[in-house]
Amino acid sequence: MKPQPIALKVLNVFSVLLFLAAFGMVFLYAPLEETMNYVQKIFYFHVANAWVGMLGFIAAAVAGVVYLVKHDQKWDIIELAAVEISLIFFITTIITGSIWARPVWNTWWTWDTRLTTATILEMIYIAYLLLRQGIEDPDRRARFGAVYTIIGAISVPITFLSIRIVSRTIHPVVIGATNGTATGSFNMAPPMLFTMFFALFTFSAIFVTLFWHRIRLGQLAQQVEQLKLEEMQ
Amino acid sequence: MNNIQEIAEHKPTPGFFGAVGAIIWKDLAAELRSRELLSAMLVFALLVVLIFNFALELDAGTRRVATPGILWATFAFAGTLGLNRSMAVEKDRGCLDGLLLAPVDRSAIYFGKTISNLAFMLIVEAVVLPIYSVLYNTNLFNPGLIVVILLGSVGYVAVGTLLSSMAVQTRTRDVLLPILLFPVVIPILIAAVKASSGFLQGLGLTDVMPYINLLIVYDVIFIAVAYMVFDFVVEE
Amino acid sequence: MITVKKLVKRFGLKTVLRGLDFEVQEGEFVALLGPNGAGKTTFLRILATLSRPSFGEVRVAGHRLPAEAAAVRSNLGVVSHLPLLYGDLTAEENLQFYGRMYGVFELRKRIDEILELVGLTSRRRDLVRTFSRGMQQRLAIGRAILPNPEVLLFDEPHTGLDQDACDMLDGLLREVAGQGRTVVMTSHDLARVEDLASRFDVLSRGIISASSKRNEMGKNNLLDFYRKALAAAV
Repeated sequence: MKPQPIALKVLNVFSVLLFLAAFGMVFLYAPLEETMNYVQKIFYFHVANAWVGMLGFIAAAVAGVVYLVKHDQKWDIIELAAVEISLIFFITTIITGSIWARPVWNTWWTWDTRLTTATILEMIYIAYLLLRQGIEDPDRRARFGAVYTIIGAISVPITFLSIRIVSRTIHPVVIGATNGTATGSFNMAPPMLFTMFFALFTFSAIFVTLFWHRIRLGQLAQQVEQLKLEEMQ
Repeated sequence: MNNIQEIAEHKPTPGFFGAVGAIIWKDLAAELRSRELLSAMLVFALLVVLIFNFALELDAGTRRVATPGILWATFAFAGTLGLNRSMAVEKDRGCLDGLLLAPVDRSAIYFGKTISNLAFMLIVEAVVLPIYSVLYNTNLFNPGLIVVILLGSVGYVAVGTLLSSMAVQTRTRDVLLPILLFPVVIPILIAAVKASSGFLQGLGLTDVMPYINLLIVYDVIFIAVAYMVFDFVVEE
Repeated sequence: MITVKKLVKRFGLKTVLRGLDFEVQEGEFVALLGPNGAGKTTFLRILATLSRPSFGEVRVAGHRLPAEAAAVRSNLGVVSHLPLLYGDLTAEENLQFYGRMYGVFELRKRIDEILELVGLTSRRRDLVRTFSRGMQQRLAIGRAILPNPEVLLFDEPHTGLDQDACDMLDGLLREVAGQGRTVVMTSHDLARVEDLASRFDVLSRGIISASSKRNEMGKNNLLDFYRKALAAAV
């Protein structure tokens, strides 16, 4: 197993530092919002997590397409890594969203557009993992995984649009803050804006780090499989 | 006996549509004889309607509102039964290989199976609708509703046939199909329920159009996508 | 008719066929022998265009696989140990279906011929799920020769058949092969295969480890030949 490349080691440290910095910024630098006070602060992490989840989602779909074109097992490892990471980040998005929702809207859950779509997305991810689990042959597993990623990736935006057409969201529209009518939406002062972008950057770095680690893990698993086969023969 | 050399030189090639037609004919003929698939789907669908009846305890007014939802939930569940069964037939006796050995484009297999699956689903829906009408004294003979059911079923079956081709080749088989299918057909359920509801309440076409459009867009996109990726699901 | 050079087939990380070379002339009847798990079925599936080679060159009936797979299919007849028949259709309907899928001319007449050949004319209107295994295999052979293919591939067709059914099958195999077709048949029943094939190849450890024409081998030497071939491959 190749040792961690220097870039990755640097990234590890960088990510941790960024995270601490972001944490500090959120609590010390960003101003308190009038109505929601400290609860609003979770918003920075919530949006950043959602953003990272989206990155993973797109990465998985792209990896799926590339695998079908190139048939290189490497892309299958990337696709699986992207799905797993995206899965976790969307869970944290949903949880942080829930924590925010309780004091602000007095409910743990709403069936609004974004939240519902995120949940459906999680179900698709879980279905993906279950699909892979039921297949022995690695080539078939990779092919089917890629096909399902594509089907899932196309259906999610359509799902999002469908729900949006149906319901009016109570999800606060945060950017483009002129419309403050939805409960819980707020105008973002420049320091808040800066904090949010910093949080996005931080979590993107964390995403890349975890993604890299997970891909290495996948490659390691593949090497183990290879060794097992050679041992048996 | 014929001289094999001569015959070898004049190899016939079947048409694409000939193959699609043959597959549809085969599925319908076999089903007509055994009626296993249809009876299973029908009984299951009626049981689901029954369960909803007891589970929801609706009065006449609320039932009218809930009807589209109950209908589509029923179709979605019964649909998986049909999809599973239809593909299992091919897998069990190695017939999928038989189809793959034929000198036709793989997509002919996809379209053939999809159309026969659609036929089965429509037959079940055609039986459930009148029975539901009678049981709950609701008039479901609404041309708009029929159109919605048609569009929704097409989309459902387009994705369902592709996914059942995958599911049937895994260890977990039957159990896996609903898990794979339901999250992906949610747009159909949303649009179909809303559109059905609109038509049953006598709303104007302009109110219902967005949902009809959604169904059409979904159908077109997914038939195209499924057609493109089907090869990867059946070829080794 | 069939040329295979350095065929490699991998399933994920597992290599089943390792640079296999194989050649069959027109009209030969080759028995492909080998222990279970040697890769016989995998190899046959590649020849049948059901599976793609990982590396190597494969040519069947003048076409390169997998690039020209579609062109070969109308010239191939495949019988595996699964019948590839629809239980809820009659014998006749099964042949009709496959006839349509292959675009066979004068289908009705051809079906009559085939039913006659495989000895199932009296059962033509019966559902296939009522057939015994032996009858299903015979019908399967009928299905395979429907488009009059030049190449026939059989994957352990005697599996699950009793003595009588096997004998009947052999008679049919001889007749069908005798029409100038090229046949490759896998088997691990040496006694059966001894009288049918004109050539014997042994697939072991992912390659053809031995090959011998029938007239080069005296009778009762097939077992020795086979054993030696397996021992040599280790």
